[in-house]
Amino acid sequence: MVAFGQFLEVLISGLLAGVLYSLVALGFVLIFKASGVFNFAQGSMVLLAGLALVRSLDWLVAKGFPVWSAIVIGLLFAGVIMAITAFLVERYVLGPLVNQDGLILFMSTIGVTFMIEGGAQMLFGSDVYPLRLFPDDAWFLFDKTFEGGILVSKIDVWGGVIAAVLVAGLALFFQRTKTGRALRAVADDHAAAQSVGIPLGWIWFVVWLVAGLVALVAATVWGTKLGVQFSITFLALKALPVLIIGGFTSVPGAIVGGLIVGAGEKLAEAYLGPFIGGGIEYWFAYVLALIVLMARPQGLFGERIIERI
Amino acid sequence: MLYRETGQFKTSYSADMAIFPIRQDRIALWGLLILAFVGVPLLDAFQVWPLRGEYLLRAILIPFLILSLAAVGLNILTGYCGQLSLGSGAFMAIGAYSAYKFGTGIHIPLELFTINIPPLPVFWCILLGGLMAAFVGILFGVPSLRIKGLYLAVATLAAQFFFDWVFIRVKWFTNYTSSGSVVAPALNFFGFYANKPIEKYLLCLLFVTVFALLAKNLVRGNIGRQWMAIRDMDIAAELMGIRPLYAKLTAFALSSFIIGVAGSLWAFIYLGAWEPLAFNIDRSFQILFMVIIGGLGSILGSFLGAAFILVLPILLDQVPHAIGIAISVETVSLLVFIVTGALICWLLIVEPHGFARLWSTGKEKLRLWPYPY
Repeated sequence: MVAFGQFLEVLISGLLAGVLYSLVALGFVLIFKASGVFNFAQGSMVLLAGLALVRSLDWLVAKGFPVWSAIVIGLLFAGVIMAITAFLVERYVLGPLVNQDGLILFMSTIGVTFMIEGGAQMLFGSDVYPLRLFPDDAWFLFDKTFEGGILVSKIDVWGGVIAAVLVAGLALFFQRTKTGRALRAVADDHAAAQSVGIPLGWIWFVVWLVAGLVALVAATVWGTKLGVQFSITFLALKALPVLIIGGFTSVPGAIVGGLIVGAGEKLAEAYLGPFIGGGIEYWFAYVLALIVLMARPQGLFGERIIERI
Repeated sequence: MLYRETGQFKTSYSADMAIFPIRQDRIALWGLLILAFVGVPLLDAFQVWPLRGEYLLRAILIPFLILSLAAVGLNILTGYCGQLSLGSGAFMAIGAYSAYKFGTGIHIPLELFTINIPPLPVFWCILLGGLMAAFVGILFGVPSLRIKGLYLAVATLAAQFFFDWVFIRVKWFTNYTSSGSVVAPALNFFGFYANKPIEKYLLCLLFVTVFALLAKNLVRGNIGRQWMAIRDMDIAAELMGIRPLYAKLTAFALSSFIIGVAGSLWAFIYLGAWEPLAFNIDRSFQILFMVIIGGLGSILGSFLGAAFILVLPILLDQVPHAIGIAISVETVSLLVFIVTGALICWLLIVEPHGFARLWSTGKEKLRLWPYPY
């Protein structure tokens, strides 16, 4: 039973880590659906949100604010920063690039990435800042059934809970509010949405803002886990295979893709790693994505690609 | 008036098919080649400004030549055949490490027999490095038959990360050195040792000229037209009788070959000693930027883009010194980041088709000058 217990432990920690990948992938999907922009800057937005949050928290606590109010003000401050970023990006980069080729838009978001990374570190500093919002110890489950029990870290569980709340909130926002409906209309067909009077510029700003807030949520969880630091931007690269597996245009796909990637790479590291050398986490997700693509070019949940001449 | 082809009649088929049909272009090209092959060595020999000292040659001209070669390679794949790739860094690494292995000798003991290749001359190593990259390029090009666009870009990231890992973890490739960094063998080209920067520069220039001419000729021939048909609309091209398998895989093979050669040149001539980090994902993005800023589907554009992307950070680094503002090195590097990003966005907004398009509008203006139309 030890082997099975270990398997379960690896699987659960993988699934919970996968939830965090999903959080980053979610930001990609929202922007891609609404504007067709493949937003490479999502990882740097996580960094910016995290830095804004942790630096304002530190400052407020040092000024003697009570912790709960510091957290609320810090989150608000980070939210405002994300809103400003969303406005600037929409107004000065993507607005002028409307109707360009997808590749050009993609490259421009890499330019945006450089600006956000440089700007965030210049404003808020470039060290590693620890963030403590959630407990970082662990639970031992089923210690009667399995020898030693199953170790589950609390941050990961918190991450899962937060992700679930976030997805539920987004679903409500998209289904029930007027702006949400407009967003879905724009995702469906830009030109048609514009012709019935939906302001595209405003909608794109809202989408970038929502993606920024998703980045903020991702930053709180990842920041607690690893500390807020530059390497958080590499998350963007890890979220790409998640997107591929789930499909660029599907919110459930981002979640399921994240779970598959998280569980897959942890299991591969634990069971294949000893045979072909450690560190296969580094590329496993990409190769998995490649295999999925060979079977289903649009990803697991993507819309069927129909081509006409 | 300045750039007018009036009166230049084509009187034979070979004149009609010339690679540069307009006389002004030919003159400009010959001028550029003479400047590069004769002018730069002369300036270097007499130590005249801008070539006083070795800085310009070593830090700008040599990397510029090698990276433009890589950009030409990627432009064949992305600009002419329309297959987006983020794996150029990996293909450069494959070129570099295979050249290194061929240059230091290969010894693989198998059960029945032993593969034993003695160290090969550097020239053949560089070409073999390109060939190995071409081989791997074909392998990673196979998914392109089913997927395209950004999906394909992410698929090529698999190559990037996989080979990053391979060259760090598989010690055989680095000849079991403890640090993981390797040193290139002496640059012995058939008895001629390239040691001085100017000699290395001329070597790179020779490679780049040959491959750029090769690429320029390929893209206007049969195979180049097949690539462009695939790029513009692959289904329509297939219906017209172009084999997507053949066209896409040749594009992958050729592009990876050129990128592999660029990688081995980068390792052997520019770096001399290197570790796998030299070819990480940032390199891939850098080359992709060169191609896009320079202009997709233009050989000239690859060179312009390479010059811009390479020289921009160096220039920006100098600016605070030049105007005498004292700021810390870290702030400067962050500022360079921001300004580079902003300039890239600005360029994409002003001219999404890159420098190549600016160049052709400029030529059109020169043709009409001094009249507005």
